[in-house]
Amino acid sequence: MKQFSNLISAIEITNKTNAKIEALVDYFKTAPDKDKLWLIALFTGKRPSRPVKTTLMKQWCIEITKLPEWLFLESYSTVGDLGETLALLLPEPNHQLDLSLSEWMSQLKQLKPKTEDEKKIFVLNAWSGLQQQERLIFNKLIGGSFRIGVSKKTLVNALSKLTGIDANQLMHSIIGNWDIDSISFDDLINGSHINYDNSKPYPFCLAYALEKEIKELGDPNDWIVEQKWDGIRGQIVKRNSEIYIWSRGEDLVTQQFPELVDAFSKFEDDFVIDGEILAMKDNAILLFNDLQKRLNRKNVTKKLLEDVPVGFYGYDLLEFNSEDLRDKPMAERRTILENLFVAIPFTERLQLSFIVDFKNWADLYKIRENSRALNSEGLMLKQKASSYHTGRKKGDWWKWKVDPLTIDVVMIYAQKGSGRRSSKYTDYTFAVKKDDGLVTVAKAYSGLTDKEITEISKWVNKNAIEKFGPVRTVKPELVFEIAFEGIALSNRHKSGVALRFPRIARWRKDKPASEIDTIETVKQLITAP
Amino acid sequence: MTVEKELLKFTKKGVYCPQGKFYLDPWHPVDYAVISHGHADHARWGMQHYLCQNDSKAILQHRLGAAIKIESLDYNEPLNINGVAVSFHPAGHVIGSAQIRLEYKGFVVVFSGDYKTQPDFITVPFESVKCHTFITESTFGLPIYHWQTEKELQAELQQWVLNNQANNRTSVLLGYSLGKAQRLMSLLEGVDTMYVHRAIHNLNEAIINSGIKLPKTTLLSNDFDKKELQNKIIIMPPGLLGSRLLKRVPNAATAICSGWMQIRGNKRWQAVDAGFTVSDHADWNGLIAAVKSSDAEQVYVTHGSQAIFSKYLNEIGIKANELKTEYGEEAMVKAENESETVIDS
Repeated sequence: MKQFSNLISAIEITNKTNAKIEALVDYFKTAPDKDKLWLIALFTGKRPSRPVKTTLMKQWCIEITKLPEWLFLESYSTVGDLGETLALLLPEPNHQLDLSLSEWMSQLKQLKPKTEDEKKIFVLNAWSGLQQQERLIFNKLIGGSFRIGVSKKTLVNALSKLTGIDANQLMHSIIGNWDIDSISFDDLINGSHINYDNSKPYPFCLAYALEKEIKELGDPNDWIVEQKWDGIRGQIVKRNSEIYIWSRGEDLVTQQFPELVDAFSKFEDDFVIDGEILAMKDNAILLFNDLQKRLNRKNVTKKLLEDVPVGFYGYDLLEFNSEDLRDKPMAERRTILENLFVAIPFTERLQLSFIVDFKNWADLYKIRENSRALNSEGLMLKQKASSYHTGRKKGDWWKWKVDPLTIDVVMIYAQKGSGRRSSKYTDYTFAVKKDDGLVTVAKAYSGLTDKEITEISKWVNKNAIEKFGPVRTVKPELVFEIAFEGIALSNRHKSGVALRFPRIARWRKDKPASEIDTIETVKQLITAP
Repeated sequence: MTVEKELLKFTKKGVYCPQGKFYLDPWHPVDYAVISHGHADHARWGMQHYLCQNDSKAILQHRLGAAIKIESLDYNEPLNINGVAVSFHPAGHVIGSAQIRLEYKGFVVVFSGDYKTQPDFITVPFESVKCHTFITESTFGLPIYHWQTEKELQAELQQWVLNNQANNRTSVLLGYSLGKAQRLMSLLEGVDTMYVHRAIHNLNEAIINSGIKLPKTTLLSNDFDKKELQNKIIIMPPGLLGSRLLKRVPNAATAICSGWMQIRGNKRWQAVDAGFTVSDHADWNGLIAAVKSSDAEQVYVTHGSQAIFSKYLNEIGIKANELKTEYGEEAMVKAENESETVIDS
């Protein structure tokens, strides 16, 4: 496992994607075929189910080290990763195990049905036979997940660099159905098990943020205006009865959205449609936070499908019955798209992104302000004559977002992050004034520089009121301006309001905590739809 | 809060010995300060009088100015101050670092300052001192911290430098100018030419002038010749990570050398090419061994994981309390202290 362990070390020390790709290419050049297949499987979430529960691993570690449980938990909260905590706490190895990645994986596969005692013997033997870094990898192999900043896209780019094969085709190959015991590495990457012609996507056409006065865009009649939906961009490829869903990041996400696959299978024609995947329930679009629950799941449970159903708003047609339409004018593509949608029975799941009705540019200001009530981010402006460009081109497509709402809040809790951020307090809970006290309004963890996070972490260390466990209650002193996309009344929140997509806009070092907003002023931001 | 028999008082200015009328590593100006070692959070400005171990003297003079009033003692050489026997004992932390032992009417207190129990190639190794009351640091007071032996560390660091050279890269190691820098020099001696930043160079000069031998190094001048530096070794303070100076180093592979590097998240936090677990402090087992071998009836735990470490000591039957001081906090503070001494930016 040395080779795999070295690869992991090389990948995680760097934050440069190119260096990660280099390391992966090196690995693919030298590792045995079977190990390469396992690496692809592990990094694409095709992992066997966990053979040993984490609670057992924790329990065994406490038995071996004879540490009190609270101290184990303190260690865990400092390290921020269970597999790593175990690897650090366990004593030095007393023998040496040298198995390849695939050998470990096949042993772990066989472990699944065994008894708890048998599992314990196996795991303890591995722990005492591996060096710290390998022990960490072993623990990760049991869990099957490596959160070390290698996306499927990075993996695919490395394979593409190694073989010269088109990255999207490789994406389809590794995502497609393949079984580690019945395919060779070469067959996998050459796509012998797939038909790439059926899934091949087009590069997305992207828009720039509007940077001039809207009236400078010329004749309003030359433009199509839509809401800027706040979901994830998706390209639906339907060819020869096969359906594929590509995300903006050129990731194949078909399996994550079974209800969309189901809905699109009702069409008879073949096509490639560009649109937005949104969480929607009872004909209303849900918050992006809700949609997030559906993203990057290996298994989509029935409950999740019921709680957060997704739908699709189509806005462009790139290919129709094998004909590439991208050079046709936007208006013409839109007409064909509308005819296509009209032909199938109406379903909430699949709708056209409606076109905003307006006469002159001045109308749009008001419409844009109201977009928040629709859970939209603003407006999209597309020139009727525009073709579907590859990537970004200035002038044809513009996005015109609403400005975020902001309030001033005070930090009351801080928590350490995980992974790269496990050493710093990066997750904060914020409050506003309510009567004589404070009430929590939001949690946020992004928007600050590393330097600011370091400074805040130091401050938290000094000003923590509680010393044990992962969450620090701090003196309410640090004031932040937080920005958010929307606000609604909510029974589930103690404050009575739910903020949509809150993030830290800036640290208000200039403001004392006495000048933060009150819950009353926050509620005044709610506008009736 | 007072220690048994009132040999020490914990005051706003620092740890005070009323019988001897002196302070130990005080953080505010006082008349008489007994100093454990030369790091900026322990040896501060403005004391009327300093007392330290012989090897620390030149370091204090270098950092605090030649004009300070300073006396020094050898290890194990007692000095009677107003009836209190004061002596220094090796702490294994940095050159000249000492535990401070106080004895008064048969009662012994040891103030350990910062210490490291594992021997290295450059500092006088830690010596355990029996006492009634032991004041310990707890920088790495969690069982996740275990250091490898100096030999293993040496092999790891040298291998890294050799790999860099094979890939045509210049090895840049980041470590504090007092302690880590000299330690790295001792670990990499003989591999290739070692260039050191001016802050380290000047401190080294002061140490060498006081009669201590150090591995040979070359000053990294501001207008260095890129060709000459290629594939060599450079040691500079961590404050220079991201500096223009570092950016000018040809094909630099950078490594942070710190005990915090034991945790992957800390390595990944910094945009560097490697992180090596090199610490001047005791690891978990070292802290426990030091506490146990002191035979102390009462332990006070200072800077670091004081809440956790003192709770654990109480659970294993050693009476311990937390003691709030203005030392260390975490290495971050030291990094700041360090950057004050950096001349070039």
